[in-house]
Amino acid sequence: MAKDKELNILKHGLVPEHRLLPTEEEKEVLDGLGVDRENLPKILISDPAIQQLVKVHGDINVGRIVEIKRKSRTAGVAKAYRLVVKRE
Amino acid sequence: MAKKDTINALIRRGLDEEIAEKLAEEGLLLGDVRSASKEDLTEYLSDEEAKEVVNKVGKKKKKKKKKKKKKKKKVDDEKLEEIYDDKFEGLDGTAKKIKELSESKGYHMSHSVIKRLSEGIDDHEISEDEYEDLLEMVNERLNNRKIDSKESVGIVGAQSIGEPGTQMTMRTFHHAGVAEIGVTQGLPRMIEIVDARKVPSTPSMEVHLEEEIKGDKEKAKKIASRLEITRLKEIADVEIDIAETCVTIKPDKGRMKKEDIDIGEIAKKLNKKRGIKGEVEREKDAIKISVEEGKFSLLYETVEESKETKIKGLKGVERGVIRKVNDEYVIYTEGSNLEDVLKMDGVDMEKTITNSPTEIYQVLGVEAARKSIIREAKDTLDEQGLEVDIRHIMLVADVMTNEGELNAIGRHGVSGRKTSVLARAAFEITSQHLLRAAILGEEDKLDGVAENVIVGQPITQGTGAVKVKYTNPSKKDD
Repeated sequence: MAKDKELNILKHGLVPEHRLLPTEEEKEVLDGLGVDRENLPKILISDPAIQQLVKVHGDINVGRIVEIKRKSRTAGVAKAYRLVVKRE
Repeated sequence: MAKKDTINALIRRGLDEEIAEKLAEEGLLLGDVRSASKEDLTEYLSDEEAKEVVNKVGKKKKKKKKKKKKKKKKVDDEKLEEIYDDKFEGLDGTAKKIKELSESKGYHMSHSVIKRLSEGIDDHEISEDEYEDLLEMVNERLNNRKIDSKESVGIVGAQSIGEPGTQMTMRTFHHAGVAEIGVTQGLPRMIEIVDARKVPSTPSMEVHLEEEIKGDKEKAKKIASRLEITRLKEIADVEIDIAETCVTIKPDKGRMKKEDIDIGEIAKKLNKKRGIKGEVEREKDAIKISVEEGKFSLLYETVEESKETKIKGLKGVERGVIRKVNDEYVIYTEGSNLEDVLKMDGVDMEKTITNSPTEIYQVLGVEAARKSIIREAKDTLDEQGLEVDIRHIMLVADVMTNEGELNAIGRHGVSGRKTSVLARAAFEITSQHLLRAAILGEEDKLDGVAENVIVGQPITQGTGAVKVKYTNPSKKDD
């Protein structure tokens, strides 16, 4: 039967690379995109990818930004940003 | 619960309730406890308690029993690190130069543009000035091809997917893909993806094997059989004995061997099953479940429950078919249980996937779900020979995952969550929305498109979104 295997979902082929954006870099990113923090797409704090990042960084607060590096068919590599939120 | 009966049986033999509970929790049957030695029991209990159990319940003859191998969990000391590498940033040579130059000029060039450009000019000698000219030209062309500001990409996307969609066959003709496993295709599949259904009509997994064993057919077969769900009725005769008010289960030896399971394990599974109310006892070649005397309805319930007891396999996975794909055996399954499959030994947890975006969302997160939607939708369209630009599908996936959750397109998802009352009413179930809004006193700011169309104002999109100010050049100098 299934044994306990350490499952790091960030290694899965479908999961793009996630990086917790350091607070210092946040302003630069937001200015570059020309949007407010609230306008970013969201990611739930309970999301498996965020939970995996919590194992690395310790607790992640709501309001932080995660940088996601997507492999895209059109742009090659594209960076996307998501705001960490709680489920309403 | 069968556990409870074991506890009662142990207490009747003079054990403390606490100890009995502990043993039952471990899934031990009365027979197991009876034949267990003190050493076996110390695995679950303290020395003194074990001694007591052996004295009170144990057989007089001391049986030598194989010591259970204690599985020591190997804790991976592998350091948890952020999986984030810069290999894509590592544009070298010409590409790096182009990137730096374009950034210093303030051009926004995507990765693929830089890559293609560098491939094109790698063989040529180009001077610094020519570089700059070239980049300027490329940038200009790029900008011309950019989508205009305030363009309604959503409508364009909807039309671009919708028009080819009309040509989709409404039914699935053939089962392409895997020989024996039918997968929903065409329009029904497309609707399923966009609806973000909890469970698709034909859930299916593609299970890849680990590097070392992926070429081994026998190993693949073994893993496939571990995936498939096996119920008790498939491997054993379940008989009812009304005189004794008990159920006798006689497992078929051949099937047990094939499924690689022994009678003890079956007994344990039965004992743990919630619906079985009775004392599970293991005999030599059979398992007996005795029910309280005179309770016949309970007896019949027990028979049905035990027949359906899962002996092995993963919940939800009905079948597994092995197929060779480029020197590699891949298991395709009917039914899906991604979370448990990923934890299995021998399964490549990086490549194994399921066809249900919702399940991927639960196990791997939004970003993976987004990717999965794009993949599934694109595959469905490609399969029908329809060409839809991937950007339209990406937009759909972006909208669906925008809130961090997986939202369906439609009344229950994206459209139902619009802030504007009029926009919601324009979509579906008009009267309810209007009535509700009237009762609650909702306000509509008329920001969106649909509501402005309703009230007859220019919409805030395209040219309607900007104000044009004209200064007469002749008067400019005044």
